[in-house]
Amino acid sequence: MNDLTSLTLKEALDGLAGRRFSSVEITRAHLAAIAAARELNAFVLETPDKALAMAEACDARIAAGDAGPLEGAPLGIKDLFCTNGVRSTAGSRILGDFIPPYESTVTANLWRDGAVMLGKLNMDEFAMGSSNETSAFGPVVNPWKSRGSNRSLSPGGSSGGSAAAVAADMVLGATATDTGGSIRQPASLTGTVGVKPTYGRCSRWGVVAFASSLDQAGPLAKTVEDAAILLASMSGHDPKDSTSLPVEVPDFRHSVGRSVKGLRVGVPKEYRVDPMPPAIEALWTRGVEWLKDAGCEVVEVSLPHTRYALPAYYIIAPAEASSNLARYDGMRYGLRVDGATLDEVYDRTREEGFGPEVKRRILIGTYVLSAGYYDAYYLRALKVRRRIADDFTRAFETVDALITPTAPSAAFGLGDSAADPVAMYLNDIFTVTVNLAGLPAISVPGALDDAGLPLGLQVIGRTLDESTMFSLAAVLEKAAAFRAKPQKWWIK
Amino acid sequence: MAIDADTVRRVAKLAHIRQPQDRLEPLAAELSEILAWIEQLNEVDVTEVEPMTSAVAFPLPMREDIVTDGGDAGVVLANAPLARDGFFVVPKVVE
Repeated sequence: MNDLTSLTLKEALDGLAGRRFSSVEITRAHLAAIAAARELNAFVLETPDKALAMAEACDARIAAGDAGPLEGAPLGIKDLFCTNGVRSTAGSRILGDFIPPYESTVTANLWRDGAVMLGKLNMDEFAMGSSNETSAFGPVVNPWKSRGSNRSLSPGGSSGGSAAAVAADMVLGATATDTGGSIRQPASLTGTVGVKPTYGRCSRWGVVAFASSLDQAGPLAKTVEDAAILLASMSGHDPKDSTSLPVEVPDFRHSVGRSVKGLRVGVPKEYRVDPMPPAIEALWTRGVEWLKDAGCEVVEVSLPHTRYALPAYYIIAPAEASSNLARYDGMRYGLRVDGATLDEVYDRTREEGFGPEVKRRILIGTYVLSAGYYDAYYLRALKVRRRIADDFTRAFETVDALITPTAPSAAFGLGDSAADPVAMYLNDIFTVTVNLAGLPAISVPGALDDAGLPLGLQVIGRTLDESTMFSLAAVLEKAAAFRAKPQKWWIK
Repeated sequence: MAIDADTVRRVAKLAHIRQPQDRLEPLAAELSEILAWIEQLNEVDVTEVEPMTSAVAFPLPMREDIVTDGGDAGVVLANAPLARDGFFVVPKVVE
């Protein structure tokens, strides 16, 4: 529909800096693309007036020779990030029409660097889900469809709105968050690039909390280079988040295109599901070949506790969530449902405000933390978490990074696994280990399967070594030469 | 370990989430299924393993104990379901 929306972030920034088009022009093009794609339900709030006002200010700064690294680039923001004066819901009814009087550090960093906000993106409620179907605003529809089918597919979750918006050229890039795979799995299912950085790279301040020891913000983007540009802006120490790391942020862009010759990359033998879909197995094998062609030495490694990662996650994440979500009591903000007593107000507010999956996780979390079960469940899960992290530490004594598939399947139909929570949880089987160990990882689109749906490869790096991760991801991206885009069937 | 309807009722009360009577049995079945799947953690030998309480091995920084923000009741109350005279209005707690 419009050339400016088909640009990558890097191309757009070059065009803006070279005055080939203005921020207002490229922002308008994206606002039009968003308006034409409402059927995808990727946005829960469009902010066109704010976007154009920000774009005008960007154009003034560009004219004054005062441009930041993202000057004039229109982005989408996952609705988990609090945005000053703009409704932020975390995809939940319980936050109602909550309008934060403050800005999350990550989004503040993006505005500092000149980015423009197009609006807030749909997501699973409180980021709890892998299909975007738990959102109070209804599911996002994946821009991709199986060849010859008109069936609506899930974009994955929880950052389904972010991934769909990037894949459908509604935004140049988007913020997202990843607690068990919520950036990387949607990236894999939509043919986009998603990065979960090292725990502590990005500040969690102003990001609605799900499981605080696992939550990390990161970008969803069209290319590895775009993701590197975005992450460099989003990252950095923040005194307002005591777990944000007081370390320098490398300019990740310089890692893209760097030689990977001589790097040792591990293939974890436990990352095989039964049955392993042939297209995913084939892509993984090809990924290994691409790295070898680029001069890497690829070796098999063992991460023996891999199979225990998901069960440990489903104790730790709900336990932290049950504690974090205790704040939604109907007293200070969000929904309040009246009742005869204080307890009744609490109980009814939380009954009506939370959706079924969030309630399920709060109940599990409350149960595993309750008297008599704490040691058997929660403490044991924390010890298994240590075992999983130790597996990685041992592997990284002999390799510089790991290569795995991102997700165990391509995009699935909306409604396919909603009835079975455990089946839904298995979506994160290749991604969740990284959250438990705090490591950085990226998903890069590698191929289309037999139905014409995208599949991603995951590169896992050492703690704080996003640079090596980006270099390897760029090599895979180049070798895969993945150029496919979804048909824009929503444009009538 | 299987969870029964009574346990769901007790946990829901702890979590302050009202659950209608007819939801207790289905929820007990759902939660039991999830916990049965979690039980596989018992296969892992965790003797002498320290619980992992932080995702990255970095010491938490110390800072001066000083006030850095606040003093604006209007902003704090801006999203309150009910507020009056600079205070949150909450249901009666003490008889």
